[in-house]
Amino acid sequence: MTPLLDVRDLRTHFTTEDGIVKAVDGVDFAVERGKTVGIVGESGCGKSVTCLTIMGLNESRSTKSSGQVLFDGEDLLAANPARLREVRGQEVAMIFQDPMTSLNPVHSIGRQLVEAVLLHNECSKKDARRRAVERLKEVGIPRAERRIDDYPHQFSGGMRQRVMIAMAMINDPELLIADEPTTALDVTTQAQILYLMRKLQKDHGTAIVMITHDLGVVAETADEVVVMYAAKVIERGSVNAIFNQPQHPYTWGLLGSLPRLDANVDRLTQIPGQPPSLLNPPRGCRFGPRCPYVMDICKEKQPDLLPVSYDPDHVQACLLDEETKIREIEKLKAAVLAEAS
Amino acid sequence: MFRYLVRRLLWAVVLFFAVTLVTYVIFFLVPANPARLAAGQSATPEAVALVEERLGLNDPFYVQYWGFLKRLIFDGSLGESFVDRSSVNDEIFRAAPITAALVFGSMLLVLAIALPIGILSALRPRSLLDRGAMTYVLIGISLPSFWIGLMLSYLIGFKLGLTPIAGYCEVVSVPEASSCGGIVDWTYHMILPWATLAIVQAGIYVRFIRAEVMETMNQDYVRTARAKGAPERRVMKDHILRNALLPVVTILGMDIGLLLGGAIFIETVFGLNGLGGTAIRSIGQFDLPVLQGVVIFGAVAIIIFTLIVDLLYAWIDPRIRLT
Repeated sequence: MTPLLDVRDLRTHFTTEDGIVKAVDGVDFAVERGKTVGIVGESGCGKSVTCLTIMGLNESRSTKSSGQVLFDGEDLLAANPARLREVRGQEVAMIFQDPMTSLNPVHSIGRQLVEAVLLHNECSKKDARRRAVERLKEVGIPRAERRIDDYPHQFSGGMRQRVMIAMAMINDPELLIADEPTTALDVTTQAQILYLMRKLQKDHGTAIVMITHDLGVVAETADEVVVMYAAKVIERGSVNAIFNQPQHPYTWGLLGSLPRLDANVDRLTQIPGQPPSLLNPPRGCRFGPRCPYVMDICKEKQPDLLPVSYDPDHVQACLLDEETKIREIEKLKAAVLAEAS
Repeated sequence: MFRYLVRRLLWAVVLFFAVTLVTYVIFFLVPANPARLAAGQSATPEAVALVEERLGLNDPFYVQYWGFLKRLIFDGSLGESFVDRSSVNDEIFRAAPITAALVFGSMLLVLAIALPIGILSALRPRSLLDRGAMTYVLIGISLPSFWIGLMLSYLIGFKLGLTPIAGYCEVVSVPEASSCGGIVDWTYHMILPWATLAIVQAGIYVRFIRAEVMETMNQDYVRTARAKGAPERRVMKDHILRNALLPVVTILGMDIGLLLGGAIFIETVFGLNGLGGTAIRSIGQFDLPVLQGVVIFGAVAIIIFTLIVDLLYAWIDPRIRLT
C-alpha cells in the first residue's frame, strides 16, 4: 500500500544576502494513514521548514524546493497554487507552535472557524457555524455555543491551542501537521493537548506529523521517529527502535539529555557545541565536530542513510561499526537504569 | 462598550478644560499690551487705560479666565476681537469650513495615493515600484510644504495655466460681489492646495502603511490563514489589512485633528483665508481673543478626532472593546 505522505529527497534552499541557506537538504520519510510520525531535532535543524515546504507555505520568492512530496500519490511540490489551496486546510491541515499568535486577534474564533469551513465547502454560514460549535465541543471548549463568539484574547493558551486544533480538524483532513504544538504550553496543558490529539486521531483516522524537540512527546505519541540534524535525516525508525536501539551518537545525545523524574541525576547530559551553520555546513558528517566518537573518515565522507543489519526498517547515518554501537547502547541503557535505581 | 464611551467622553471634557486653561495662562503671560494695540498708536494713555478697563485686562487672570469660561459655557461665545469688536465665533465659523475643505479633501487624496502604493510596496519590497515609492517618500518628507505649494502654483497655475494660482471660491452662500462660486469653481480652486498637502502627507503614510503591512504579513495568524487554504486576496483583506490598518486609523485621526487647527503654510501660499490665515493675522495684531478662538477650535478638533479614533478603534479591535 502506498503511504499517505511520501517525502522523497526534499530540499529547501533559501537565498539570503549571505548566501544560500540549505534549510532542508535531502529529507526522506513516509507517513502511513492513521499513523503518527515524530520529527525530532534541535532548533534550526530544518523540522519546521520541512513541514512548511510540504504545505507550500514558504515565502516563494527566495525559496527553491526540489524533490517530491507525494500526498496520496500526487506531488504537492509540483501542484499549482489553486490545487495547493484546495489541499491546504482540507486534506492537509496544520497547527502551530504558538497559539497566542496563531489566531487572528481581530476576528472572533467563530468567524475564523467558519472561514475554514466555507473555504472548502459549499454550505450555508449556519451549517458551518453548527459544525464549528460541534468541533469546539469535541476539543473540549466548555459552553462552546457561547464561546464561539469570543475573541482569541479571551482564551488561555491551552484553550487557544484547542481552538487551533478544532480549526485544523474541521474539514476532517487526512493529515495533520503539528509544528511543536505543545512547546508554548505548560506541562499539564501539554498532556491534555497530546491526549486530545490522540483521541481525535483515533476517532477520525487522521495521520499526524508531530514536529517536536521534546523526546517525551515523541515517546508518547509517535509510531515512527525521524531524527533530523543540520537539515538532514540522520536516523529513522519505529519509536521502539529509536528508544531501544538508537544507532546515531546524536540520538544518544538527545536521549541522554532527556530529563527523567524517576532518575536521580545531578546534571543532565548535554551535547557540546552548537548545530552547524546551514549556510556552510561542515564537510563529511555534519555531526562530526560535536561527536565524541568522531573518526578520521567522518571528516571526509558524508555517511549515507543505511539500514541496520538486524532491522531493515531502521535506517541511520553513522559510520561507527556495529560492535561499538551495541556496546554504547548497552552503556547508555545501563546508565539510565543506574540513575533510575 | 457603553462604559468605555462614557469614560472617554468624561476624559474629553477634562482635556478641554485643561487646554483652555493652559492657553489662557500662556496668553496672559505674553509681554504685550493688547489695550495699546486695540486703542491705536495715537491713543492717549488715558484712552489706553480706559480700553484696558473695558477689556477687563486689569483683573487678575483667574477672574479673566472665569469670565472667559462663563461666556464660553453659558453664551457659547468665544468673545470679541480686541481689534474690531467683531464676534470671534463668526470669524471661526467663516474660516473653519475653508480649512476643513482643505484638510478633508487632501486626506482623501492621501489615502487614495498611500493605500495602494504602501500595500504594493510591502508586497514587493525592493521592486522598482518600492524603490520609486521610497524615493517619493524621501522627497515628500524632506520638502517643505510651502515650497511644493509655490512650485505647483508657479508651474501648473502660472506656466501651464491649468488651475488658478491662488484664491478660494464659496460653494454655498456665494457673496453677491464674488466672481466665482459653486462646486465646480470651488473644486477648481482647491485642486492645488489639496495636491500640495496630499503630496507632503502621503509620503509619511506610504512609509507607515508599508511598514505596518510588512510587519503584519509575517504574523503567525497570516500563516494560519494560508494554512487553511485561504486565497491571497482574502488573506490580504481579512487578515493582513484589517490588522495593519489599525494604527493607520489612529495616525489619520490625529493628523486630521492637528491640521484642522490650521494648515498655515498651505493656506498662506494659496491665499486661502482659513484658520491658518486667521491665526497669522491675529498674532500680528495681538488680537488675543481671535487667536485663542483658533487655538481652542484646534484643540477641540484634536479632542474630537482623538475621541472618534478611540471609538473607531474600540469598534474594530475587540481587544480594546472588551477589556
